[in-house]
Amino acid sequence: MRKLALSDEILLNIEKPARYIGGEVNSVMKDKENVDIRFVMCFPDVYEIGMSHLGIQILYDMFNKRNDVYCERVYSPWPDMHRILKQREIPLFALETQDEIRKFDFLGITIQYEMCYTNILQILDLSQIPLFAKERGKDMPFVIGGGPCTYNPEPLADFFDLFYIGEGETSYDALFEIYKVWKASGAPRREFLRQAANVPGIYVPSLYDVSYKEDGTIASFVPAEDGIPSRIEKQVAVELTDATYPTKPVVPFIKAAQDRVVLEIQRGCIRGCRFCQAGMIYRPTREKDVNTLKRQAYELLKNTGYEEISLNSLSSSDYSKLKELVDYLIEECSERHVNISLPSLRIDEFSLDVMGKVQDIKKSSLTFAPEAGSQRLRDVINKGLTKEVILEGAGKAFEGGWQKVKLYFMLGLPTETAADQEAIAELANEIAVRYYEIPKEKRHGKCQITISTSFFVPKPFTPFQWAPMHQKEYYLESAKTVNEAVKNQLNRKSIRYNWHEADVTVLEGVLARGDRKLGAVVLHAYEKGCLFDAWSDFYDHAKWMESFRQAGVDPDFYTLRERGFDEVFPWDFIDAGVTKAFLKKEYQNAQKGAVSPNCRVKCNGCGAGKYQGGVCVENPD
Amino acid sequence: MRIRIKFRKYGVMKFIGHLDMMRYFQKCIRRAGIDIAYSEGFSPHQIMSFAAPLGVGATSDGEYLDIEVLSTKSSGQSLQALNETMAEGVEVVSYRRLKGSDKKAMSIVAAADYELYVKEGYEVPDVDYEAAVKEFYEKPDEILITKQTKNGEKAMDLKKLIYEFKVLRKEGKPVFYLKVCTGSTDNVKPQIVLEAFFRFLGAEYNPPAIQIHRKDVYGMEQGKIVSLGEMGEDIG
Repeated sequence: MRKLALSDEILLNIEKPARYIGGEVNSVMKDKENVDIRFVMCFPDVYEIGMSHLGIQILYDMFNKRNDVYCERVYSPWPDMHRILKQREIPLFALETQDEIRKFDFLGITIQYEMCYTNILQILDLSQIPLFAKERGKDMPFVIGGGPCTYNPEPLADFFDLFYIGEGETSYDALFEIYKVWKASGAPRREFLRQAANVPGIYVPSLYDVSYKEDGTIASFVPAEDGIPSRIEKQVAVELTDATYPTKPVVPFIKAAQDRVVLEIQRGCIRGCRFCQAGMIYRPTREKDVNTLKRQAYELLKNTGYEEISLNSLSSSDYSKLKELVDYLIEECSERHVNISLPSLRIDEFSLDVMGKVQDIKKSSLTFAPEAGSQRLRDVINKGLTKEVILEGAGKAFEGGWQKVKLYFMLGLPTETAADQEAIAELANEIAVRYYEIPKEKRHGKCQITISTSFFVPKPFTPFQWAPMHQKEYYLESAKTVNEAVKNQLNRKSIRYNWHEADVTVLEGVLARGDRKLGAVVLHAYEKGCLFDAWSDFYDHAKWMESFRQAGVDPDFYTLRERGFDEVFPWDFIDAGVTKAFLKKEYQNAQKGAVSPNCRVKCNGCGAGKYQGGVCVENPD
Repeated sequence: MRIRIKFRKYGVMKFIGHLDMMRYFQKCIRRAGIDIAYSEGFSPHQIMSFAAPLGVGATSDGEYLDIEVLSTKSSGQSLQALNETMAEGVEVVSYRRLKGSDKKAMSIVAAADYELYVKEGYEVPDVDYEAAVKEFYEKPDEILITKQTKNGEKAMDLKKLIYEFKVLRKEGKPVFYLKVCTGSTDNVKPQIVLEAFFRFLGAEYNPPAIQIHRKDVYGMEQGKIVSLGEMGEDIG
């Protein structure tokens, strides 16, 4: 029987002990003495969030398919456990073997959002691994980061030995082979890093020197020694159908945020929304073969026993065989009493028909993400959704029995005016008007329209990477404008409005486009007790602001400037496929309000064509 | 057709609470391909009910759930299919068809028996427990304790709710055997008995020191207390 790292006394006096015991169905048990490499994969947030992440399940499965690697998992200890581990100096441990993380060969951390940066330091700290990569001795694990935030890893450069830029399916085998040889050789730590730096997609921050101009922008970013590549090419699993996929994912005992099996049907998005980082960095859009998906869906359900399957992609409606796949799932699932969840669907006749079959119409709501209230601003962001399309979709849905509509928007988009903000409320009103056009005897009471706004944060490798953000006051004022406008609508009683906090937005903006100088800020924030910053209950803005002052870093430098086209960005050393020239052209198109067609209509020459995959090589007929 | 499943819960599974165990079994049933019946309505659920919730931290040799199936394989085949998909710490030990007259386990639960033993690394005071049990349990006509309820404190007489209380010895350490009234009306948790007993001894009851292990759960059948596992029959 497995022995746990923590005593019963601890586990029975904290929230949800199942977060720390491992042993879940489909978790992998191996003989740790018979492997060459011990890897622990971390999602730096609480277990229930981390267990819902598909990327880790893919890599966990892929690594464990190798006989010479044993991959385990670890998640952020919740504050109650954090206190106990700190007080009693118990080193953080992996779930499977319950062994100390500091004894592993690699600690892999997926970095999905900026607000988890202090949680990364928590993992290192509780593991009793030096926070700074340069202070790690020979017996310490190599800390490697991956995920979307590594498209600008610079604020975290001090804390990581390596970053893996791009999709994990391609380069880990090469990295492991180099590691095994290095480990057997007994050569110093830096020697492994030098060799790793030459594996495609691997970035070793300590092997690069950054210098700054007097104005604080980057003067140069160069390899610190010979034989180190000056550009890092993001990795792409070109043939997604053949790529490894976990058909026996780990099934948690406690309810995870994503309490269902997830089937990735395609990667990337053809739409080219200018605010969307995922839509740029996962290019080219690649579909998986529909027969492969059917087989994987069947195996996933059989191997997990979940009662729900969710199709995962950035824009499911763009998957060309969606109807065939959904028809198969409906048949397969109704027999097994399994629900189907279809996020990111465009609302049209087909999707309404499908949703009518798989959901309880009375309870479920329709979701539209117009992102901007006015057509003008939707053109700026290249969101190819018109008011007519929204009203038509909503109208069909209302006639089909739906009453609830959710609308998602962003405030603070480039070129936004008060008129654009007010248009959000006007659009919601028009949807309500459409509902009340239905004869009284055919509708069921009032409709419920919920508007949610978040504040726009410009991200690297998007056309808006040059765009300025705003002061906190602007965000609060714009939310107020929307709120007032909602109150002025005829159908205000059918409309609800929610908005997010502005403090977190500003910090997210700083970290998203930040440089190495921010490492000190993140460190100070962690030392002051910042943790779980993505959780509004825990976020402590005052401590963060104090950390900026302490580090002598001005947050406005990162948020309020419009960057010049000649500025060297901290992330410019990454070749993400999309070229800077393309992004620049798109930024200029945005300012003119000129829309760009999607990848299937016409190639815009973004640069991802060089991978020779997916939509870039699709036969147009 | 109704089936009664008996399972053991041990090892790290003791940290999984009752609601999560229900969710766990729902998935096991699907993985094992048991032809379970679903309720009617727009969100059908498996027809499944557990006999008596087990507290977090306790282990057990006798946990029960009743399910309704449309068809079934033999007991042996079903046990094998279920056990192939179990996490370490749960083992299904019987799978029996209930007779038409057998009532749902949760509606007839009347008693449960437990062994409470001292965990490794912990000590309890070295006293003559056998004699103490006589004084605490056998001699008095009533054992009054105050129980915290939703509506404040309530006096409770444990005497008539404890069916058996004795001390066994394993490797010199005491093991407290308790058979107590269980169910929706007069539910006695074994730890409240032990707490009262230690108070009687003038010693402190230290919950982390004691492992609660349920041996079995019993139902009332024609006025007699019968193990839930004895009801029904094996399927050949």
